[in-house]
Amino acid sequence: MNKKMWMNLIVAMLVLGLFMTVSCAKKTIVSDGTTIEDQEKAKAKALAEQERIKSQELRDQMAKEKESKIVTAQTRFMNENILFVFDSFQLSPTAKALLKEKAEWLSENSKYSVTIEGHCDENGTTEYNIALGERRALAVKKYLKNLGIAGYRLTTVSFGEEKPLDTGNTEAAYQKNRRAQFVL
Amino acid sequence: MKIRLKKKEGKGGDQQWLYGIYSGCLVVIFILCFVLSLHAKEVDYINISNPFLNKTPIAITKFKAFNGHGAEVNGGITAQQILKDGLDFTGYLKVLNPAAFLSNPAQTGIDLGNIIFKDWTGIGADLLVTGGIEENQGQVTLQLRLFDTFNSKLLVGRVYTGKSSQIRQMIHRFCSEISHKLTGNWGIFNSKVAFVSTVNGNKEIFVSEFDGHNPKQITTHKSISLSPAWSSDGQWLAYVSYARGKPDIYIKNLKGNRGAIVNNKGSNLSPDWMPGKLTLAAALSFSGNQEIYLLTKKGEVTKRITKTWGVNVSPRFSPDGRKIAFTSNRGGTPQIYIKNLDGGAARRITFTGRYNTSPAWSPDGKKIAYVGIEKNAVNIFVITIASGLGTPVQLTMDQGSNEDPSFSPDGGLIVFTSKRGGGVSRLFVMTSAGTDQRRLLTLGGKQSQPYWSKSTRFEN
Repeated sequence: MNKKMWMNLIVAMLVLGLFMTVSCAKKTIVSDGTTIEDQEKAKAKALAEQERIKSQELRDQMAKEKESKIVTAQTRFMNENILFVFDSFQLSPTAKALLKEKAEWLSENSKYSVTIEGHCDENGTTEYNIALGERRALAVKKYLKNLGIAGYRLTTVSFGEEKPLDTGNTEAAYQKNRRAQFVL
Repeated sequence: MKIRLKKKEGKGGDQQWLYGIYSGCLVVIFILCFVLSLHAKEVDYINISNPFLNKTPIAITKFKAFNGHGAEVNGGITAQQILKDGLDFTGYLKVLNPAAFLSNPAQTGIDLGNIIFKDWTGIGADLLVTGGIEENQGQVTLQLRLFDTFNSKLLVGRVYTGKSSQIRQMIHRFCSEISHKLTGNWGIFNSKVAFVSTVNGNKEIFVSEFDGHNPKQITTHKSISLSPAWSSDGQWLAYVSYARGKPDIYIKNLKGNRGAIVNNKGSNLSPDWMPGKLTLAAALSFSGNQEIYLLTKKGEVTKRITKTWGVNVSPRFSPDGRKIAFTSNRGGTPQIYIKNLDGGAARRITFTGRYNTSPAWSPDGKKIAYVGIEKNAVNIFVITIASGLGTPVQLTMDQGSNEDPSFSPDGGLIVFTSKRGGGVSRLFVMTSAGTDQRRLLTLGGKQSQPYWSKSTRFEN
């Protein structure tokens, strides 16, 4: 047994020696290993930053798109006119569809109040056309009120035949001019 | 400076007038002192309200230049031309071509004793006007006479004195006397036309003399100003302006700074003055519907005239001030109605066509001129409303669109807007029978909505 004990001691010494050797070797490697970790950390950080930028860009783009959608909606709200036939203030199905769209816009943009301008073509007579233009503006206002838009947000004014969009004297021009137009 | 207009006793007249005129830079104040001996009204020579009248031929001679110097001769030529233009403008006189004249009163004498009447009846002149002029250092004296050639009779004789720059005014005073003698009406010569004209793209209110002379800009709102209307004393204008962003009625005294603005909620449209009073009718929409109301000259609403849903616009008082004609679409299309101010139902007067607007009364209250649209053509019509409804008579035809009729104070003429000849809106005038259609005035921009004043007689 004594002999075996010695053997065990030698083995232990060897293992220890080996361990020491390994330990010494590791010491040099340790400094190298630290650098790699930093690099990897930096890499990950860069990656995260990239991700962040990417998602920011995406957000920016989405915001931009949303904004341009708002602008488009507003432009459409202001530029798409409600059209009428000669000497009439009746709302056509097309006019009603367009007014529903405008009512949606008005609900989504509750900070805005609008003026509804009534206009006519040049074919009628001056004074009657101002009266008719007012009827057109009032018809539009009434329809929007029925769709739930508060009356105080809707002002009406008639310009009769005084402000044509198209000064031509073709039926196409007249058609454009017989309108209710929205002004913010 | 002070000038005196002195009217000597006319040969056939028994009246004596004395005119004094004080003239400032812009304002002329007339001071009058006259003695007028009353005599029975003579029979009218001309009935203007007869739409089928033939024009009465009238000869206007060269003016006799008493001293014969250049300024006098030129003054005479000017005076004769103004006289011809003025009488021709009336629509009921036909000024004869001097080439046919057989005698020359400028040489042989311009007064009753020297006129060879058969020389004038012989060329078909029912009437003759002779003139004489004396000029001395810018001061002018005009002798003017109107003769009935068939009865060899002096109808009117007048002498006017003033500055040479006042020849036009003096001649028009005499034209007014001629009108009165021939028609019983003082005529158009002291009347004015208010209208709308564009200035740099804005619409402003203008006023010109009866024949379109001397147009003057009245408003400077730099906005859209429309629908001018004269008060019957010619001192006030009411009109519509968008100066505050929407149609409001402006009431303006032309001689002072007095006035008012009718700016009720909604639109304030188409003012008209009650004859002989400073009361207005107008279409207001503050109730939510366009109705016709009476207002004071301060713009206070005193009475509601219409109570019918729909458009009620363009009220026009009848000459007796007891009725209002207006445009309403209560029947589905715009048509003209008449309503008594003291109540009763409105009476519809237009039944032909689907669009009849813009009524205008004739001064005798027997006819209404209006705008009718048929087959996309915009024209002026007239309809008799006395003793039952007549048949509409079309006055304009095949010449662009024609709008805004307004009768002259003697009822002989109608001023209107036309887009004939190029599509630009201009003022035109025609007889109330639709003949002699011609431009009223030449002015830059576009003109519309003429309204002829009611004042008919020259101030003292």
